[in-house]
Amino acid sequence: MEKFSYVNATSLEQVTALLSDSGWGEVMLIAGGTDLLAELKEYVETPKTLINLKTLPGMDAIEADASGLKIGALATVADIARHPTIQQHYTVLAQAAGSVATPQIRNVGTLGGNLCQRPRCWYYRDENTHCLKKGGDICYAVDGLSKYHAILGGDPVYIVHPSDLAPALIALGASLKIVGPEGEKTMSLEEFFTLPAANPFRENVLEPNEIVVEVQVPPAKPNSKSFYLKAREKGAPDFALASVAAVFEMDGKTCKSASVVLGGVAPAPWRSKEAEAALTGKMVDDTVSKQAGADAVKDAQPLNDNAYKVTLTQNLISRAAMMATS
Amino acid sequence: MASWGEASESRLIGKRIPRLSGRDKVTGKAKYTFDINRPGMLYGRILRSEIAHANVVGVDLSEAEALPGVKAVIQIVEVGNKIRYQGQEIAAVAAETDDIAKDAIRLIHVDLEELPHVVTEADAMAEDAPQIRDDWAGNQSNPNVREEGDLEGGFAQAAVEVEATYHAPVQTHVCLETHGNVAEWEDEQNLTVWASTQGVFGVRNDLAGSFNLPANQVRVITEHMGGGFGSKFGPGVEGRRVAELARITGRPVKLMLTRKAEHLVAGNRPSMTQHVRAGATGDGRLIAYDMKGHGTGGISSGAGFQAPYVYDVPNLRTERVNVAVNVGNQRAMRAPGHPQGAFAMDSLMDELAEKLGMNPLEFRRINDPSEVRQAQYTLGAQEIGWHRRNSVPGAGTGVKKRGMGVGSGQWGGGGGRGTQARVTINSDGTVEAVTGTQDIGTGIRTAIAIIVAEEFGLAPTDIMVTVGDSGPGLPSGGSGGSQTTASVAPVIKTAAAAAKQKLFERIAPQLNAPVGDLRVGNRTIYVVSDRTKTIKWELATGQLGMDSISEGGEWDEELRQGGVAGTQFAEVEVDTEIGEVRVIKIVAVQDCGLAINRLTTESQINGGVIMGLGQALLEERLMDALTGRMLNANLEDYKVPGTFEIPEIKSIVFDTHRKVTGIGEPPCIPTPGAIANAVYNAIGVRVRELPITPDKILTALAEKKA
Repeated sequence: MEKFSYVNATSLEQVTALLSDSGWGEVMLIAGGTDLLAELKEYVETPKTLINLKTLPGMDAIEADASGLKIGALATVADIARHPTIQQHYTVLAQAAGSVATPQIRNVGTLGGNLCQRPRCWYYRDENTHCLKKGGDICYAVDGLSKYHAILGGDPVYIVHPSDLAPALIALGASLKIVGPEGEKTMSLEEFFTLPAANPFRENVLEPNEIVVEVQVPPAKPNSKSFYLKAREKGAPDFALASVAAVFEMDGKTCKSASVVLGGVAPAPWRSKEAEAALTGKMVDDTVSKQAGADAVKDAQPLNDNAYKVTLTQNLISRAAMMATS
Repeated sequence: MASWGEASESRLIGKRIPRLSGRDKVTGKAKYTFDINRPGMLYGRILRSEIAHANVVGVDLSEAEALPGVKAVIQIVEVGNKIRYQGQEIAAVAAETDDIAKDAIRLIHVDLEELPHVVTEADAMAEDAPQIRDDWAGNQSNPNVREEGDLEGGFAQAAVEVEATYHAPVQTHVCLETHGNVAEWEDEQNLTVWASTQGVFGVRNDLAGSFNLPANQVRVITEHMGGGFGSKFGPGVEGRRVAELARITGRPVKLMLTRKAEHLVAGNRPSMTQHVRAGATGDGRLIAYDMKGHGTGGISSGAGFQAPYVYDVPNLRTERVNVAVNVGNQRAMRAPGHPQGAFAMDSLMDELAEKLGMNPLEFRRINDPSEVRQAQYTLGAQEIGWHRRNSVPGAGTGVKKRGMGVGSGQWGGGGGRGTQARVTINSDGTVEAVTGTQDIGTGIRTAIAIIVAEEFGLAPTDIMVTVGDSGPGLPSGGSGGSQTTASVAPVIKTAAAAAKQKLFERIAPQLNAPVGDLRVGNRTIYVVSDRTKTIKWELATGQLGMDSISEGGEWDEELRQGGVAGTQFAEVEVDTEIGEVRVIKIVAVQDCGLAINRLTTESQINGGVIMGLGQALLEERLMDALTGRMLNANLEDYKVPGTFEIPEIKSIVFDTHRKVTGIGEPPCIPTPGAIANAVYNAIGVRVRELPITPDKILTALAEKKA
């Protein structure tokens, strides 16, 4: 990696002030570093300054009460996975957190870092491949090897968003607290992520001088059931070939409401309104669940090597729906 | 005639004895080359090409040389040379820290004139492909053709035929300790190298030749090493260059390959593609086999594979070519040519058996000439519960379907001449065994201790074993071809026997008995005809004083034998909705002659099965046609089995005789075929390309449905 200076954060004001003058890449934030360090070592990022967020007090808290969940951006993935309230009432989130990488990575990787992590695309991660995402002319996955790439929302960059926590949190209706030089703002997590058509270089709307500080999750609805299903080639560590985060409000076998968010298939966590519509108000059975899966992928545009993800995604959705009935 | 004696007479040999270095390894005390740090040591790094095919137009080292902390920069390619694959060495540096060395190689400026590259076999074999080897028209070697019997006559007798294409991609070795060395010159004429190698004397001789030194002025030490699998016989470019850097700087230098370089340039198992047409008679005899195939070993040749494999075919024609691509060269990898050949053959056998309406095991029994495997089929089938197998492939109900399959293998592994060893009895009663072999990880240290301890009635922990050091000047061959134990064991045994004989000759007069009547056991020398005549081991050796006994050993053909057969049965569960294959159980029945240490023999079988499982389900080198670069030169996207993938493995050491054979390689051979057949049995759709990943399962199931 290139040399950089290292600053321990003392306050959010100091962090946003340090960030404010530079565009992307000059000053970068580090918490767990499980993603960033690899990028530095591969020279994909070459910041001049790193700000260590771990010295910020209190930002790793998880608060659970009647008003829902508040999770500080510095809470580790392991903290989330083993939190009793999350395990009991926000199962999808606990399952998603537990599926991340390895125990070592979960122990240091943070919520904020997980949401803001960069794509795993092998072209993007190769220093010597100047792809569209890095300001080049083409997305190499289009004519190259695309087994792990996007089937939905890809054009013109076919990366997939690698986060497991993001689909789960979006399915739970989470919002995000962001602090910038002008103070703090809150937005829905779903709106936080963007597609390459809007911005091929970034995966979210965060400005270079902003920092994610907290995630808020509304209280779990009674009679809700939630699941995170993740297909991968290897038990661990492996990123999702496709994943489904699903929250269902059930009345017996009837689905009163459904929230279905896909991971590993699109450049952003992909909310499937089609699957939700196919399930909402329905008595869920084999036919209905299969229809929900089929509806979710009807606009899929696979590349050369990833048509299997269409079937896979479809099957994961119908499996999740059927799990809600039992 | 020398022999290992009967099993009933063996106190240690053939028993399950924990590896002597086990504690050191799990506590981190064992020193691998990566762990060697010498006073004043510098760190070496190599700049490698990221371009697959190019002419070298210019190399400018000046900026790197000017970087503070850089002690030497050497140019490896010359202007006018050709770069022929990604990862090819351009220059090397030695610096005060590894970070400085990393920075320094980025300051070397290389001017390359890019040439058209081909990195996939399809591109290389295309009609308008750029010619990347002057000697191979169309980037292909001359076909190697073999013909036996009467092929068309054979097909005329066939009741069923199968025509299919099988493919196994390039697999890399993934040595957990990457290739590398620490080099230190004592003076201008004496070089010591700590090497991660499977051949300390091979490295010594290569370096002695490179630096024009007498061989005994190069000392190579490999106390422990983290895997070689056939890729670590010589010093390689990195070994010669680190020695050069050490000589220029007058300081020790460590240079270990990065994980990326390990994938790119440290060897690989070549790919295999077979188009096969084969026929069998109505009564289940394999009668005709016609195969046209190719594979790539990178820019080099060496992409051979076994076809047909193991089973008898009277009428055959095979034609194969090597395909050149702009990718790093192949090296021997655990049973070269066998696992991929076995996968194709065992898949074909099952396809033929199904057309015949025959149980695939029965079909094998008819066509397998090996009596050993015939017996193994029975044992393995019992162990896996073959009777539970789907009689109709894919017949199971539900989303998760189970299936079973079988695969076969064979190997040589009988050892050979070329090992020298000494066994020394000191006056304090300690015993030393020294030889120049190396422990590639299979436990030869422990095996040597067992043989010597058996001879002297001592415990394995009583024996001080020195291996992995060329210093004592007792050569042994490289650890390859599953030859180590069978090459070393006879020499160690004869050395120990000779030393014992010498000790008995000294002691016999005191015991007033003929030398031939003396025996040793339980730390006591006694007279077999009169058990009251005894002398404690330490009292006997105490009389040696300064005149310790030290004897060499001799090769003894009678103590070893080549040729092993193996069979494996796999049970898998396939999730038909998400395409995941989970191996439930592998039964590995492996013939290996005399297992000196049954415990480490079982470990070798376990390791082979795990490697075979990786080839079956996970591993594949992925090359990008456009950029010419490997996309998964890491351990994130080049996936090797982890704990979640490891099934129950029932390793059965199948005793056939009491001569040492060696089985480092063969247990990885039958695994991919057995798993592929089990997958077919589970879902009723055949995947003819390795690795069998979810995308292939889902695609195959979708095609079946359509």
